[in-house]
Amino acid sequence: MNSNLQRGINTSLIHLVLGLYTLVALFPIFLILVNALKTRKGIFNDPLALPTTDTLSFEGFQKVFSQSDFLLYFSNSLIVTLVALFFVLLLGAMASWALSEYRFPGRRILTLFMAMGIMVPIRLGTVSILELMVSLELVNTRTALILVYIAQGLPLAIFILTEYMAQIPKELKEAARCDDVSEYRLFFQVVLPLTRPAIATVAVFTMIPIWNDLWFPLILAPGEGTRTLTLGVQQFIGQYVTDWNSVLASLTLAVIPVLVLYLFFSRQLIRGLTAGAVK
Amino acid sequence: MIKQRGFPFHILVFILPGLLIYTLFSAWPLLDTLLLSFFEESGDQRVYSGLANYRLVLTDPDLSAGFWNALGNNGVFFLVHVLVQNPIGLLLAALLSLRNLRGVRTYRTLIFMPTLLSVVIIGFIWQLILSPLWGVSETLLGYVGLESLFDAWLGKESSALLTLALISVWQFVGIPMMLIYASLLAIPDELLDAAHVDGASPLRTFWQIKLPLIAPTLGLVTILTFIGNFNAFDLIYAVKGALAGPNFSTDILGTYFYRTFFGFQSSLGSSTLGATVATLMFLIILAGVALYFYGVQRRLQRYPM
Repeated sequence: MNSNLQRGINTSLIHLVLGLYTLVALFPIFLILVNALKTRKGIFNDPLALPTTDTLSFEGFQKVFSQSDFLLYFSNSLIVTLVALFFVLLLGAMASWALSEYRFPGRRILTLFMAMGIMVPIRLGTVSILELMVSLELVNTRTALILVYIAQGLPLAIFILTEYMAQIPKELKEAARCDDVSEYRLFFQVVLPLTRPAIATVAVFTMIPIWNDLWFPLILAPGEGTRTLTLGVQQFIGQYVTDWNSVLASLTLAVIPVLVLYLFFSRQLIRGLTAGAVK
Repeated sequence: MIKQRGFPFHILVFILPGLLIYTLFSAWPLLDTLLLSFFEESGDQRVYSGLANYRLVLTDPDLSAGFWNALGNNGVFFLVHVLVQNPIGLLLAALLSLRNLRGVRTYRTLIFMPTLLSVVIIGFIWQLILSPLWGVSETLLGYVGLESLFDAWLGKESSALLTLALISVWQFVGIPMMLIYASLLAIPDELLDAAHVDGASPLRTFWQIKLPLIAPTLGLVTILTFIGNFNAFDLIYAVKGALAGPNFSTDILGTYFYRTFFGFQSSLGSSTLGATVATLMFLIILAGVALYFYGVQRRLQRYPM
């Protein structure tokens, strides 16, 4: 038996399976993006066709922008995600540095206490979080969401960054200390820049669940002025279920920013997920 | 020269801000929720009521049916993930990790994409695709001659839960795929070369060498899935609303918790009963994690790699 031929057949089979599954993964998204650009007739007559000059239409998008505060939702999501992300990274890195560098009583318990948040979903504390936000008069503010998302993101950030910082060579730190650099400057000017790759990974992992979350916006900030994109789209679609153009357009608008971000960050994300096994 | 330093304030400065926010908005609310489950509202006040809430949720003839139904559905939801998501993830990872395969980076990037999108968006997308009004699924099934199989799966009591679970599987298969893929790559080449030299077929190498070596990762994937599933809410809420219809057939603990807390239709919501349901969810997740650590993970043989 010709083993080259056999290998060729095997390889093609593998590509067939992987290719088919890739199609399964992408097709639904593709279908939405394509049909969002068509007229109602085009959507229903031939869902699988690309838009032609006959069926091309932006009426869905026009409606979304005129009937909903789409740009407001988008900027709410952006503000909440970026501010929360900034603090998760900054406070997370600072705490990780303290936990990995200094020996002080209670360090192990503190590390364990922070790690608990990885296993226990913060959602389970929702009843008390809502009461707390009511008493702080933070309901229907972006601040409420930001605070909760910082608390949600910190455990994983600290877990990853502590491991990473523990590997920073001692000589570097000692050299800085010999120059009589303060611990703060050592952290911000030596350690933080060295931690950049891990911070990038943590950033991607932190950002996605915040951007996509429905639960906390629904409970803590459902008001018109503070709606995030995910909640806004969910409510908008609830109102316009039968208006397929608008529904498809709003879904497309919700998908595009994530896809664009993914194009930029997919490598970091995958490297983080596979913990460095992938070069 | 050794300097005598005073109280290490810098440690506090580094650790306190993060610790404070985490404690105030995550750890404390969780503890407070656990405590709240032992109280009941009486007028404006909360009075200690022992295990009364638990008795209500777990055994009351009118109320408990909802909890047990949600728990059962959640079990099915999880089972579908274990039986469908993880094997598909394993298959894809096994193929991706084969040596000298081209296009691996493209495949894994594209297959992982749905995982990043909001569960809400994914729910709506599939709702449209499976809608009998649009007929896309019917047309597609028609291409392979299976048109007759099509049904309004999401609308039927008998198939809605399974359909939603499969939608969730479709979205999240990228996570097991990536984790298993990474652990397959970590297997040393010498081991595989030795098997090859001994004349083991690729299939045998997979079952007898690779699979035992990545068993800890399979355990990890399963427990991550468990935590995610028993805490799920968004997908059911987006597609089926808080009532998790038809006739509560897609109700899982997340949606049940939401209704108990906020109320629905004629029944009023209750913070203390909501806290009770949250505590039960906490205990279920804790039991799963404990079982994983003491039962599964410890018994799994770890081979130094």
